[in-house]
Amino acid sequence: MAKKLMKGCEAIGEAAIKAGCKLFFGYPITPQNEIPEYMAHRLPQVGGTFVQAESEVAASNMIYGAAGSGERVFTSSSSPGISLMQEGISYIAGSELPVVIVNIMRAGPGLGGILPSQSDYFQATKGGGHGDYRLLVLAPWSVQEAADLVQDAFDLADYYRNPVMVLGDGLIGQMMEPVEFRAERTPCKPLSPKAWAATGCNGDRPTNIINSLFLDPEVLERHNQKLKAKYDLMVRDEVRCAAYGTDRPYEVLIVAYGTVARVCSTALDDLREDGVGAALFRPITLFPFPYAELRAAAETARAVLVVELSTGQMIEDVRLALEGSRPIHFLGRQGGMLISPEAVAERVNAICAGLRAEVRHG
Amino acid sequence: MVETVVFARPQALAPVPTHYCPGCTHGVIHRLVAEVLDELGLAQRTVGIAPVGCSVLAYNYFSTDFHEAAHGRAPAVATGVKRARPDLIVFAYQGDGDLASIGMAEIVHCANRGEKITVVFVNNAIYGMTGGQMAPTTLPGQVATTCPLGRDVSLAGYPIRVAELLATLRTPAFVARAAVHTPLHAVTAKEMLRRAFRYQAEGTCFSLVEVLSTCPTNWGMPPVEATEWVEKNMVPYYPLGVFKTPEGVDRAPRPAPAEEG
Repeated sequence: MAKKLMKGCEAIGEAAIKAGCKLFFGYPITPQNEIPEYMAHRLPQVGGTFVQAESEVAASNMIYGAAGSGERVFTSSSSPGISLMQEGISYIAGSELPVVIVNIMRAGPGLGGILPSQSDYFQATKGGGHGDYRLLVLAPWSVQEAADLVQDAFDLADYYRNPVMVLGDGLIGQMMEPVEFRAERTPCKPLSPKAWAATGCNGDRPTNIINSLFLDPEVLERHNQKLKAKYDLMVRDEVRCAAYGTDRPYEVLIVAYGTVARVCSTALDDLREDGVGAALFRPITLFPFPYAELRAAAETARAVLVVELSTGQMIEDVRLALEGSRPIHFLGRQGGMLISPEAVAERVNAICAGLRAEVRHG
Repeated sequence: MVETVVFARPQALAPVPTHYCPGCTHGVIHRLVAEVLDELGLAQRTVGIAPVGCSVLAYNYFSTDFHEAAHGRAPAVATGVKRARPDLIVFAYQGDGDLASIGMAEIVHCANRGEKITVVFVNNAIYGMTGGQMAPTTLPGQVATTCPLGRDVSLAGYPIRVAELLATLRTPAFVARAAVHTPLHAVTAKEMLRRAFRYQAEGTCFSLVEVLSTCPTNWGMPPVEATEWVEKNMVPYYPLGVFKTPEGVDRAPRPAPAEEG
């Protein structure tokens, strides 16, 4: 299929349709309105259904109902709306249903602003709603990767019977880039019929009940442990990450995800031209986080620089990965302000200068 | 000798005892819903939506597939199921705290979109499961644990008449109020439920039947007194009858007199 210039939000919508999703329930919020608008236009063309919900609370409960009937379903929102969806997401995780949720992050807290941010990392990776559950979280750095990950997200959701979140910042939603959709796509996980779905019962099986209520504590504990075993499988099998410039010696390892990693890769090129040894590590799955892969990549580095559009959230997972073995520096902007490649290069140079000074005096 | 079965458990009702208190009419309402599903031949393609409240375990009492919903969100969950599978018969079973307080946005918009689902709205004028707190439907002066001196309408407002409120929406719908505190009322309630499910099966419109119910435990009275309390206090404030039909009325007609029920 030929490449087509598409806005990130539209590519995300088209990717969902290519993945066989015929149902969208959502509520308008900037900067992701182009996703529901695209679905409202496209879904009727493919025999699907678009519903504008009365709130994100309702939308999250509509996708809960639709997923329980065994159909592929998807919603999108931005930070304050995702907060309202946490009720439904918790029930969906507890009831073990597959849904795909796209969060095009804007700056917070509260109403915050409408410009790009990465300030929902904690919410996405550490639970978000109430209860002991995890989302599988995918963080694209380009429009093409957003389109690819959204399609994979449906397979992963079905395979694990778990909500999958695609976490993008405002840049991913709003920028235009060439996108290519494969004509024939093979699911990234083996898929089986949804025998658990509530679709009416004529007596040839016990009734199917979609439920997260377990009043007997022993039964609920077994349910919690079953969920944990599922999350352990994700940790074992689903880690995705990428490294750039690690084939040559480097003093500083930059760690960044999403479009911030794109900015850092531009800085990397400039630093290489200037003869500065730096490399870039990019988590693609934020849960499961690539702890072992990051630790291995940092082994030959003398320092690590974490770059985020927040006051520092992913940096906590970087600390867990490195267990104090390397000094960790932080460069962040907030409120919708962006980080330039020059700012990244400047910080890397400063760290390198410090490292050399350290060598001279040591 | 030929035996004729004159009374049996409806097939759509699971063969298990319920947890409901003595004198509570949830069980009667469950049975009426199950009888209607059986008689219309809908049970095998029915998916029920259970609320949060006394009927939270409704999914154990029907022999149909079920979804358990978050508090107040049953109409949103029902919307998701019905839009995903329009061939299914979808009903939400909700209490008055669930539907008229925390879930007011969901029920109004579900009705206004004209979702082709059926809502069984059980109004007993109090929060039962949490222990007798004031509901949006608690009557003026009625004592509850969070209005120990009785509902003060100058602070808490007046009880919400859900059927009348939903009947003001322009979207075609079937909206009725019934009661089950006497056998005659229960027969009428069943007819209302039958109409509601028939409208859904025909793909006509959204349907809601409000059913006045008892709560002897939290009202603090024996079951017989509770049924009398429904007649004496609830029916005058919550008149029985059909408030809206899909055949073209925009506004609620005058409710039918209680005696007609």
